[in-house]
Amino acid sequence: MATTSENQAGSFRLGMLIYDTRYRSMTIQVVFMFLFMAGAVWLIDNTITNLSALGKDFNFGFLDVRAGYDINQRLIEYTNDSSHGRAWAVGLLNTLLLALFSCVTATVIGVIAGVLRLSKNWIISQLMNLYVEMFRNVPVLLWIVIIFAVLTEATPAPNAFRGENPTASMLFFDTVAITNRGVYVPGPLFTQSLGAINLGVISVSINFLLISAVVIGSIYANIRLRRHASAVQEATGDRPVTWWKSLLILFAPLIAVLAALGFHLDYPTLQGFNFQGGSYMRNSFTAMWLALSVYTGAFIAENVRAGILAISKGQTEAAFALGLRPNRTMNLVILPQALRVIIPPLISQYLNITKNTSLGIAVGYMDMRSTLGGITLNQTGRELECMLLLMVTYLTASLIISGAMNVYNNSVKLKER
Amino acid sequence: MKATLFVGTLAAAAAVAGMASAASHGASVLDQIKARGELNCGVSTGVNGFSAPDSAGEWQGFDVAVCRAVAAAVLGDPKKVKFVTTTGQTRFTALASGEIDMLARNTTWTFSRDVDLKFTFAGVNYYDGQGFMVNKALGVSSAKELDGATVCIQTGTTTELNLADYFKSNNMSYEPVPIETNAEAQQQYLAGACDVYTTDASGLAATRATFADPENHIVLPEIISKEPLGPLVAHGDDQWADIVRWTMNALVAAEEMGVTSANIEELSKGTNNPEMNRLLGTEGDLGAMFGLDAAWAKRAIMAGGNYGEIFATNIGESTPIGLARGLNSQWTQGGLMYAPPFR
Repeated sequence: MATTSENQAGSFRLGMLIYDTRYRSMTIQVVFMFLFMAGAVWLIDNTITNLSALGKDFNFGFLDVRAGYDINQRLIEYTNDSSHGRAWAVGLLNTLLLALFSCVTATVIGVIAGVLRLSKNWIISQLMNLYVEMFRNVPVLLWIVIIFAVLTEATPAPNAFRGENPTASMLFFDTVAITNRGVYVPGPLFTQSLGAINLGVISVSINFLLISAVVIGSIYANIRLRRHASAVQEATGDRPVTWWKSLLILFAPLIAVLAALGFHLDYPTLQGFNFQGGSYMRNSFTAMWLALSVYTGAFIAENVRAGILAISKGQTEAAFALGLRPNRTMNLVILPQALRVIIPPLISQYLNITKNTSLGIAVGYMDMRSTLGGITLNQTGRELECMLLLMVTYLTASLIISGAMNVYNNSVKLKER
Repeated sequence: MKATLFVGTLAAAAAVAGMASAASHGASVLDQIKARGELNCGVSTGVNGFSAPDSAGEWQGFDVAVCRAVAAAVLGDPKKVKFVTTTGQTRFTALASGEIDMLARNTTWTFSRDVDLKFTFAGVNYYDGQGFMVNKALGVSSAKELDGATVCIQTGTTTELNLADYFKSNNMSYEPVPIETNAEAQQQYLAGACDVYTTDASGLAATRATFADPENHIVLPEIISKEPLGPLVAHGDDQWADIVRWTMNALVAAEEMGVTSANIEELSKGTNNPEMNRLLGTEGDLGAMFGLDAAWAKRAIMAGGNYGEIFATNIGESTPIGLARGLNSQWTQGGLMYAPPFR
């Protein structure tokens, strides 16, 4: 390009920018670039001018200021003395927790519904059809509100558990209480604590780390055992008996560690106004979780159906010819191939779930939108800063999720050699 | 070559945009309202007695009356108001962006809202404090017994911060249930999903009045904060702030001087009280000082009556809400309502 323009330099005329095909594309690109940049610069400049006209500055200093409000669901240490920045982190973790739970259940629901929708049984396939059409075609906000209303109105208040003849009673040998504030289940407690490691932002319990390490170690050892068994089978034709070894490897170390730490369950009991002790899953969380799962599950079901239909019928017939039963045909032949078609749209559904968690404000779920974009925004009045932070955080989270899913997609896609 | 082209384009674009942004700001708020022929007034999404539509769809209430008085003063017609509903979360953004001209949504006057959020409070139309409402069946008689309770709060309000402070200073714990609007809070509270509902005591009284069984719910005696509620406008137009402030003052002064919607026509023919004459526009021309005509205050008072009348019709003791005047009496009767002189 550079050499040709130098050679032609003597005879260059301005009109050639449009009429000469060598320059035309460059001209068009420059003009579009100019307009785009002018638009962007105008937007930024306009914002700065108008902010200064209102007498507002642009800074993120408020993140260090004491927040002064309480958040009900906290995954990390937080009190009303913590900073707005920490409230943001608490909200972010609540967002991610909800997104993670919803993604897992939506996938399970979606795969089951998608496979069943192709069932030869008319009733089952029509039931799944009904499920997909019903949930896919109603806004998710309505599902969230409906499920929350049902959870609140149809379940008893903690007060109903009180007295000699309570109108409500706890389930499963008095261990689980379902109330209109949430579900109380037994929670883990340890008589011996090994303390906690303080990582500045969060402090992690050593008990938790130890148990995680033991579980991961056991699973790894079990994989090694099975691999060894397969190697023996390859070599000798006989597969050694592994089931009791597997059980031993998987559970014995865990039970030993739990016993050493003095593990016991903390049962919820009615004290004062509420149940105390145990673990508490708020109705706002349950409603969001269920609504996002069944709503997105309907979309995933359609993706799964599309993926399965994309596999030629010859594959099924070949599997049947080999003597595989329908169950194993689906699990070993069809689904692994269908994954190639299912994964890319599944990534979008995961991103949708993550972004839809921001509807939590409708039922008072304290996600990032409710803490940073709600209370913090309101108490500090920093609309622009809070909204920009929210956008950047959602963008980062979404990019990380789609990046991770793309790595997985690369591992299952058709290998062309 | 491509890199130079890119940089050149960028620079040229920046230069053009820089010139474009030199455009200046528009007319004053008063001129905008007159041109529009309508006052945009931000109110709550529905707090009975303060701002809620009646069965005919007309907005009624204590805060609504302030909007109507201002509309009457500025536009000559108390009906020329467009009511924009705002939640605790959206109200300040709506006001700062100019979507609404003024906000009359039982909003607490605080330092940071006045100074940091760049608003001007046009006075206080109701001196309030935060209280707690509980079901009588709980057997609670004092807020000090609320340790461990589940509390419904409207999110994005000062009540959220007061609540945190109160429980902290009394070494008590609680479970906050954040809620967006008063109606949702009411539904949650009645379903028993929270033990306590907390907001301004006036709001509690208003909410309780709409219950099917108001006698089964009590407002606890503790008032844990000072909540001076009043209308506010955005910074940047002092003339407009003055209009709203002095419309409020006119309503209060009218009660003090004994001007009511019943006798205002009679009194505006001229009296031997010079200040009343100045207020009603028969002497001097106070209205011209901020761009209105002489009869602005007369129209504002005629819109819904003086401060006392507005209080009595919307939230007073003869209404289902049944609030006593208390701190909101005239200063001559031991209250805090005190209008500066019209001079």
